[in-house]
Amino acid sequence: MPQFRTPSAIPGFGLTYGFVWLYLSIIILIPLGAVVLWASSLGPERLYAILTRSDTFAALRLSFSLSLLAAAVNAVFGLIVAWVLTRYSFPGKRLLDASVDLPFALPTAVAGIALTAIYAPNGWIGSLFAPGSLWASVFGPLKIAYTPLGIFVALVFIGLPFVVRTLQPVLIDLDKELEEASATLGARRPTTLFRVVFPTLFPALLTGFALAFARAVGEYGSVIFIAGNIPGVSEIAPLLIITRLEQFDYAGATAIATAMLALSFAILLLVNVTEAWSRKRLGHAR
Amino acid sequence: MELKIRNLRKDYGNFPALNGVNLDIRSGELIALLGPSGSGKTTLLRAIAGLESPDGGQIFFGDNDASRQSVQHRHVGFVFQHYALFRHMKVLDNIAFGMRHGQGPKQSEAVIRKRVLELLDLVQLNGLEGRYPAQLSGGQRQRVALARALAIEPKVLLLDEPFGALDAQVRKGLRRWLRQIHEETGHTTVFVTHDQEEAMELSDRVAVLHKGDLQQVGTPDEIYDSPATPFVYAFIGDSTSLPVTITNGAATFEGAPLSVGRVDPPDGPGRIHIRPQDVTLVAAGQGVVDGRIIGLRRSGPYRRADIAVGQHAHRIEALLPPELDVSIGDQFGLAFKRYAAFADDREPPKLGLAREKQAA
Repeated sequence: MPQFRTPSAIPGFGLTYGFVWLYLSIIILIPLGAVVLWASSLGPERLYAILTRSDTFAALRLSFSLSLLAAAVNAVFGLIVAWVLTRYSFPGKRLLDASVDLPFALPTAVAGIALTAIYAPNGWIGSLFAPGSLWASVFGPLKIAYTPLGIFVALVFIGLPFVVRTLQPVLIDLDKELEEASATLGARRPTTLFRVVFPTLFPALLTGFALAFARAVGEYGSVIFIAGNIPGVSEIAPLLIITRLEQFDYAGATAIATAMLALSFAILLLVNVTEAWSRKRLGHAR
Repeated sequence: MELKIRNLRKDYGNFPALNGVNLDIRSGELIALLGPSGSGKTTLLRAIAGLESPDGGQIFFGDNDASRQSVQHRHVGFVFQHYALFRHMKVLDNIAFGMRHGQGPKQSEAVIRKRVLELLDLVQLNGLEGRYPAQLSGGQRQRVALARALAIEPKVLLLDEPFGALDAQVRKGLRRWLRQIHEETGHTTVFVTHDQEEAMELSDRVAVLHKGDLQQVGTPDEIYDSPATPFVYAFIGDSTSLPVTITNGAATFEGAPLSVGRVDPPDGPGRIHIRPQDVTLVAAGQGVVDGRIIGLRRSGPYRRADIAVGQHAHRIEALLPPELDVSIGDQFGLAFKRYAAFADDREPPKLGLAREKQAA
């Protein structure tokens, strides 16, 4: 049973504890509480009616499904990036390592413009898939910018550093003897990777996934340029909130905000519970 | 399984970790690789396992050249100092790992489970198959690691400082127990240690390594009583030494003949090494040399005396019974029950430490 307070030679608990409550209240708890409060004043019927409107529902579905997909893709490829950056040494490694942070550091609008320019049908990469390209003659034209695919590209872009930076310290600490032990027991490399290495990395991978997902759901700046924002097709939920606010539909905006809050909270809770469970199994929480 | 190591070389940059090592390991024996850190003992063990690729030489498992075989196909049991257990697996799955995912014939789960329970019984951890490694003590983890290595019926069992991470008490218990397991299972076992006491107590034979060279291989008695090189003499047990000049098998110390009998090394500058317990005090003028006590301290059941000998006050250490009435400044003659003579390598051996230069 944790005690609320035990006498200590290091003073300052009362002051800092009070500060934590004040700070978190002003910054996080009161604003979020207000959203929930306003939404609840709408009443369940209106809330339901707003959220099931076809454009609202499509926007929420688009935001969450693409964010989950982007986080999943980042989990896989971020693992490979982190693996290469920690396990091997090669010329240009530090440069490559630093470039992982760029999506963090760039203003999202800059990222949005850059991605749009590159992936637009006349951009460097976009033109490779545009009508008339080799790709188009074989598989048919593929439009990236101004479609959900473009949103996905932007979400992958901004999520990558979260996975890589979460995994790197864990990979550095990963005991090489585990892999050697597995090899002496006769396990081939793929078996060692899938049975020994990846399970050990799983909690950190989940954390990275959760962070990338959370960032993707809330992402606005880099997405709106590349999305095209076609209602019901490539319009993300955060943009819909802005649209509602511009139409002075505060109730609608609040309802969408509450739905996002609830969904994000549920997903992050699920991820955290899974992570805590796997960490405990690994013996971290001793 | 009998092991033959032929002219094994491994360089790390310019630094030779193994300098052409030749070693025969007999089937069913328990052999220790002993040496200070950086002596190449772990590199040798890892090379046998295939975890290290040597730059030259061969390793034979029986008559089979295993030098080019992969780790997976060498079929060795390897126990790491820090256990290297798979933390996300229960004890049962850890031990079963090699049987499930190894290169051996596939077995049914029932057979595997039966074998795991037998091994748990052997390592005296009955009933713990459902635990995770995090729920075990250090000694228990190391026993699980050993059971896991034994589960694949290895051709040879290799242990890298297996007790290095454990408390002194646990270590002593596990030492006796490892010897017992060795006698029950009869696996050829090679273990690495820097602890000479552990090597002496546990093994049938000891191989002493220094700077990538094999210095001596022999039973603990041979290693202790007839060290082949000054390094072995200095590294195993305590010793101090006197510089002498050797002519025709007779030693002279500071111009006066030393009455120690015949010494073998080639003529020229040499050194006489003496262990503290082989020094006895006699009346001045009656011993091999005379000396003056310059320091006294208690050491377990004995008293250690530092004795200055000759014009340059060379320090000789003696182990004395505590009831002997001596004090600092007393003059005595020193008699040597045993000694060893080697050609000089200029640097006096430091107690228990690796020496920088080697005998010619």
